[in-house]
Amino acid sequence: MTETPLIGGATLAPVDSRLAGARIGVVTFPGTLDDRDAARAVRASGATPVSLWHADTTLGDVDAVVIPGGFSYGDYLRAGAIARFAPLMGQIVDAANSSAKLPVLGICNGFQILTEAHLLPGSMIKNDHLKFLCRDQVLRVENNSTAWTNAYAAGAEITIPLKNQDGQYIADEKTLDALEAEGRVAFRYVGTNPNGSRRDIAGISNAAGNVVGLMPHPEHAIENGYGPGHTGTDGLGFFTSVLNTLLGGK
Amino acid sequence: MPRIVVDVMLKPEILDPQGKAIVGALPRLGFTAFSAVRQGKRFELFVDGEVTEEILAQARNAAETMLSNPVIEDVVNVEVVAD
Repeated sequence: MTETPLIGGATLAPVDSRLAGARIGVVTFPGTLDDRDAARAVRASGATPVSLWHADTTLGDVDAVVIPGGFSYGDYLRAGAIARFAPLMGQIVDAANSSAKLPVLGICNGFQILTEAHLLPGSMIKNDHLKFLCRDQVLRVENNSTAWTNAYAAGAEITIPLKNQDGQYIADEKTLDALEAEGRVAFRYVGTNPNGSRRDIAGISNAAGNVVGLMPHPEHAIENGYGPGHTGTDGLGFFTSVLNTLLGGK
Repeated sequence: MPRIVVDVMLKPEILDPQGKAIVGALPRLGFTAFSAVRQGKRFELFVDGEVTEEILAQARNAAETMLSNPVIEDVVNVEVVAD
């Protein structure tokens, strides 16, 4: 996959070349925006990004999948609602629910797609203040045992960009209680709740911990010079976490 | 051409930020009689020919599985409109 050319042609720091055997699929739907950044984040972690197209009917030989942010199908109907029915999504749902437990990360619109596909509970509605919000956001890692969070210390606070209009996470009280009880709240907003999300929830996982979704964008905070405060690289841990998972470290 | 109209509303317990914004703006234009607004969606499904029970069942199924998200929305009406 072509990566976004960077100002000054910055090159990524070299990573252990043995990691390049890990193949991480990055899905592109019509209207996806952040697939190139996600691919670059995968490469920054040392793995090999593999471009996946929404109309593909097979996942090929990828070891994990990232569903990036954007406005798939223009957010028509509901955010993520139409992407859910793309041919590739059926493959992803089956693989995530299979005994192989394919690791799947949904970021922003990708999180919305995962809820519409019923891989994760709840849904997102418009921010309570009705505005598109773009800012650096502090999150607390509430569960560091998932496939995408094991590189973080429990309770660690990380700063990554948040940018959305439909970012208010909602679910009924019973579902929220179950998520809390099962440790499936992966991330919570720290400080002022940016969008009215129930219980300050920024991201959740499925019961097995292989599927994680969150609204903020770790793939925009993976390299010095471009992340929050120009130096923030707190998002890289998502991509190194899944390598830990795939290589059996965690 | 006959149509099947599907109306979808946010569940009553879900805050509707758009409706809140609308009710806040109404008095500015002199519409002072309304204490709350909730905004929904109307779909019109066009059918070539007669709307059979089978086609209506398909519409209900589509309304529940695609046109609405049962986590946040209710299908409040499915009806055939003949022109």
